[in-house]
Amino acid sequence: MTPAVNTAQNGPPSPQVASGSGRALIEGAGLIEIESLHKAFDREVVLRGIDLSIDRGESLVIVGQSGSGKSVLLKCILGLAKPESGRILFRGRPLQGENRTEFLDQFGMLFQGGALFDSLTVWQNVAFRLLRGKNRKRGSEARAIAIEKLHRVGLEADVADRYPAELSGGMQKRVGLARAIGADPAVIFFDEPTTGLDPVRANVINALIRDIVDELGATAVTITHDMSSVRAIAHRVAMIHDGIIGWSGPVDSMDQSGNPQMEAFLNGGLSAARTD
Amino acid sequence: MGQRAPIPAGPVASTKASLVSMRGPLGIGFLLAAIGRSTLAAIRSIGRISIFAVIAVSHVLRPPFFFRELSQQLLAIGFLSLPVVGLTALFTGGALALQIYAGGARFNAESVVPALVAIGIVRELGPVIGGLMVAGRVSASIAAEIGTMRVTEQIDALETLSTDPIKYLVVPRLLAGVITMPCLTFIGDTVGILGGFLVGTQRLGFNAAAYIQNTWNFLEVDDVTSSLVKAAVFGFIIAIMGCYHGHRSERGAKGVGRAATNAVVTASVLIFTANYLLTETFFSA
Ligand SMILES: Nc1ncnc2c1ncn2[C@@H]1O[C@H](COP(=O)(O)OP(=O)(O)OP(=O)(O)O)[C@@H](O)[C@H]1O
Ligand SMILES: [Mg+2]
Repeated sequence: MTPAVNTAQNGPPSPQVASGSGRALIEGAGLIEIESLHKAFDREVVLRGIDLSIDRGESLVIVGQSGSGKSVLLKCILGLAKPESGRILFRGRPLQGENRTEFLDQFGMLFQGGALFDSLTVWQNVAFRLLRGKNRKRGSEARAIAIEKLHRVGLEADVADRYPAELSGGMQKRVGLARAIGADPAVIFFDEPTTGLDPVRANVINALIRDIVDELGATAVTITHDMSSVRAIAHRVAMIHDGIIGWSGPVDSMDQSGNPQMEAFLNGGLSAARTD
Repeated sequence: MGQRAPIPAGPVASTKASLVSMRGPLGIGFLLAAIGRSTLAAIRSIGRISIFAVIAVSHVLRPPFFFRELSQQLLAIGFLSLPVVGLTALFTGGALALQIYAGGARFNAESVVPALVAIGIVRELGPVIGGLMVAGRVSASIAAEIGTMRVTEQIDALETLSTDPIKYLVVPRLLAGVITMPCLTFIGDTVGILGGFLVGTQRLGFNAAAYIQNTWNFLEVDDVTSSLVKAAVFGFIIAIMGCYHGHRSERGAKGVGRAATNAVVTASVLIFTANYLLTETFFSA
């Protein structure tokens, strides 16, 4: 099983909706491929065989009940949690060592809890990657970029010199978002980007994520519970249930999924709710 | 549980065994198993700490270097510890002068006060008390800081931003510990001797010039070297224990609190242990 390598990582962005065939679950040459991933903690088995392929330039949204392992899945992909078994490939090669370094160099992530560095100011957080590493920028330049990113998530320049602890929860979330897109990454993970935001801000963020994918050609994986976000952001939706991908398909076919969990999720568990 | 239980022997064994027998028919076997388990756990954590220390040291010379973080840590670990180290050294020196005077009087040898205060402070009390004070202040705060970063996923975030947490967090603290502790100890030694001097001249009637002369003549370079080497080792222990326990911190505020406590306790015990071993190597020859 050696999937064809997806070449030309820095080629022109492809604004079309990825994965034309609705049910491109396992086969295909995804940018990131996850094969039968298992992850357990001391007390519980969380993931029991996740198969998922993420195409280049697509916006994939992962939904699932609270505690179903969405965040854990992202951590396994990033190597922040060690899976028991399974394979994770990036451009056809295992996401480890050199390949992982290469992956992380063009990667950004919004953590569910923000994970802002509380010893650094807001702009230093956003510009973290710009101030260090290979393509280091001068301080003033990095600061200007950081302030531009803050504007994009709806924050004014006056928060730039504050510390994360001095911000509201929703502001912290948006700073986390600004940091995730700080160095214009090619692959971005958003863990609940709109949770804790008012509807207006949430719409700004939804539009931002969609822009980043459609205009800059980035690949985005978003976790959300907010079905209006799903409709605004997603090309494709995957639902985790019982530790596997219970359903996945283009966002348009979400309403006709025929999958009981997905239906329960869509109408808030009002009909056909299967509580176990 | 019964980890401290002594090895049962003779008639005592029967009462011990009956206490234990509730858990199984083989009381003594259970005890031995418990002792074995805790011994294995201790060996495991020694192994883990050693591995962590080796990894940390191996990162010291490899780029990238985070100079800004290093200078912040030099300030936090070194400069801000000065008052604590200075005050404890001052009072220790003063008390030592009184004790040696009282002891020396029994042999009509009060004149040894300057020499013995200097020896006691420089060789032993300066580095050890300074080390313990800094361990209390710095190990705990390093462990709490890194522990908080671990449980709030800031360390995960560092990795996703292509920054090695060992290089960014551990190496600057380690270097700062090893660099600042000798400086702090040198100052502590001086202040401690000053404490002895003040008590000696103000309370015990020593002549100031003679006291200084006496101290200066008596101290050897080796005494000072051993003091500084001890201090550097203690600085390493303090920083590595803070980082290690912070890095392994469990989730939640409780986990972070436990990490801070463990860091101080293990750092203190290791400082005493290392002090003895270093004293053996320096002065047994
Ligand atoms: N470090 C950990 N140690 C032990 N268990 C963990 C750990 N991280 C996650 N879990 C467990 O794994 C399961 C999935 O957690 P995860 O954070 O992935 O849920 P989630 O799908 O992201 O939920 P939510 O939508 O509420 O964020 C949970 O039951 C959680 O208790
Ligand atoms: Mg989550």
